[in-house]
Amino acid sequence: MNTAETPFEFFTVAYLTRIGNQSAGTPAELLKGLQQSSDASIFHHTFQTLSSHHFLTEGFSNDFAQWAHADANREDLAEQLAALDVRDYLSIAALRTDLCRVVQEYCAANPAFAEQTALERFYFCESSEVTLPVGLAARTLEEFRTGIEHLSHASFYFHFISSRLRLQLQTNDFSHWLADGLGLGTLADSVNHIDIYTNTLDSARAKVLRLIDRERRRG
Amino acid sequence: MSEVAIASRIPLDDYAALLGAGEIDELRVLAKPLKGRSMQMINSTAVGGGVAEILIRLLPLAEELGLNMRWDVMTGGDDFYGVTKSFHNALHGAPYHADPKDFEIFLACNQQNLARLPLDAEFMIIHDPQPAALIEGRKKNGNHWAWRCHIDLSHPNRQVWDFLEKYVARYDASMFSSPEFARELPIPQYLFYPAIDPLSEKNRDLEPELVTQTLARYQIDPLRPILTQISRFDRLKDPVGVIRAYRIVKRYFDCQLVLAGGSASDDPEGAEVLKEVQQEANGEADIHILELPAWAPLEVNALQRASTIVIQKSLREGFGLTVSEALWKKKPVVASAVGGIPVQIIHKHTGLLAHSVEGTAYQIRFLLSHPEIATKLGENGHEHVKENFLITQKLKRYLTLYLAMAHTK
Repeated sequence: MNTAETPFEFFTVAYLTRIGNQSAGTPAELLKGLQQSSDASIFHHTFQTLSSHHFLTEGFSNDFAQWAHADANREDLAEQLAALDVRDYLSIAALRTDLCRVVQEYCAANPAFAEQTALERFYFCESSEVTLPVGLAARTLEEFRTGIEHLSHASFYFHFISSRLRLQLQTNDFSHWLADGLGLGTLADSVNHIDIYTNTLDSARAKVLRLIDRERRRG
Repeated sequence: MSEVAIASRIPLDDYAALLGAGEIDELRVLAKPLKGRSMQMINSTAVGGGVAEILIRLLPLAEELGLNMRWDVMTGGDDFYGVTKSFHNALHGAPYHADPKDFEIFLACNQQNLARLPLDAEFMIIHDPQPAALIEGRKKNGNHWAWRCHIDLSHPNRQVWDFLEKYVARYDASMFSSPEFARELPIPQYLFYPAIDPLSEKNRDLEPELVTQTLARYQIDPLRPILTQISRFDRLKDPVGVIRAYRIVKRYFDCQLVLAGGSASDDPEGAEVLKEVQQEANGEADIHILELPAWAPLEVNALQRASTIVIQKSLREGFGLTVSEALWKKKPVVASAVGGIPVQIIHKHTGLLAHSVEGTAYQIRFLLSHPEIATKLGENGHEHVKENFLITQKLKRYLTLYLAMAHTK
């Protein structure tokens, strides 16, 4: 069995939601908020919300899309915003640019709707992050499997979803270590292809475990 | 003695069975750097009210994690509580003109408690406006102080808020139940949700016989759809609006309505509202108006579990934990989009929101026609509560706040 030189160290993350001073009552105001809000705010309403609403596997993508759908009643705008996949972004700046582009194009094409007041306002918030080591490390695939099996949702999310921003690569902590640490490139790719929008964190974790088990049987 | 003694022990492993061992291990990881450091909660009552209900369950959990957390209650006379009740209503937006003497009474009581209460814990959490001026007792060596506001400050009485703001602005952080409730303050404002305890009498699993017996006691038919609103008899909960929505639904479905709330016998306004509700019901056999004892957790639990749909048609709401209670029991909920309710009900995902009597009736009819969607909403709602509104999550937020505050100094 392969043993990695550098162990995989498991961390957990806890978030506080900080309430910002900005809010939006119309799509035009949403655009202004998207342009002016902090990176921590864009992160909160896209990446972080995916963690806190991971159990929704049908039609929930991010807070902006949900507001356009449920409060502003603009299905076409909601659909465009929901289509943005956080896995395609290695920086918040790039994600912000696309969110702004979608809302800007919508407002330009629908000037009447751009100023239409939504039922409820959108409040921009930010995530404040605290990370701590879980006190668990893995050098082999078996130890790695045991670690993943016992992680909390927050910890799994930290390594599997938000890690993209940290790594600045279109991959996640697990795949990165499987490829670099254990030389298991195919397994790393398979793990990275698990769809985080159509899986809950629990079902994504179950898929990771199944893929690892398959690899162990092969080995 | 001001310290509240918590007698009951709640083993953490009992929660692991519901939430998974990973979630409980995570609490242990967050608690580890805080061991040996002191934490203190201060509020104005040891019994009754949402804050006390939460702290009674929170402290044993903190103790299980080996944390040194104490809970003290401030004391005051009738004049102080008279003033703070007026302040409370005024901060909710009710008309009020404060007399300068009111502020004097408020400050005098806080001064007396300053002399009486130990305020030396490393992490101090002060709950609600009553003890807000205790910040005057902050030691120069700089322990960490945070103010937890459980009330809706979206439209506060200017005079009362201007007075309180001078104190609140001196804290290190503040916490609100909804972004809508926050004010412009020079300190960080965090979103902190109230929480329910899945192991409490009000939320634990019940034996089916207990549910059946409860329905039989109130002569509710278990074989026909049951629509339920649990709330005190208060105009802001719009019980008359619920009856009107029910009447629209009744044209299409042979259903029953249960309006259950705490006894109105010691609340003159509640008694008046109850009378209005009874008049609106006009003796209709399928409308069950139940005056429950002030503390009837098992009955509330049973009624929620027996319901086909749970309604919360409030006109204004702080957070509306009855919504989380219903969602935890996997019930489809139709509720007004006010206060903290939209945080719990993600429209079309964890329940349905409405903005009127007609809208409420429409959403109920929709769910009665599509039971498979109702079931899915209930299941999603359960997961939403598990992820965000349980007492374990509440403790996690406090631990994260302590770690964040310790890091900033």
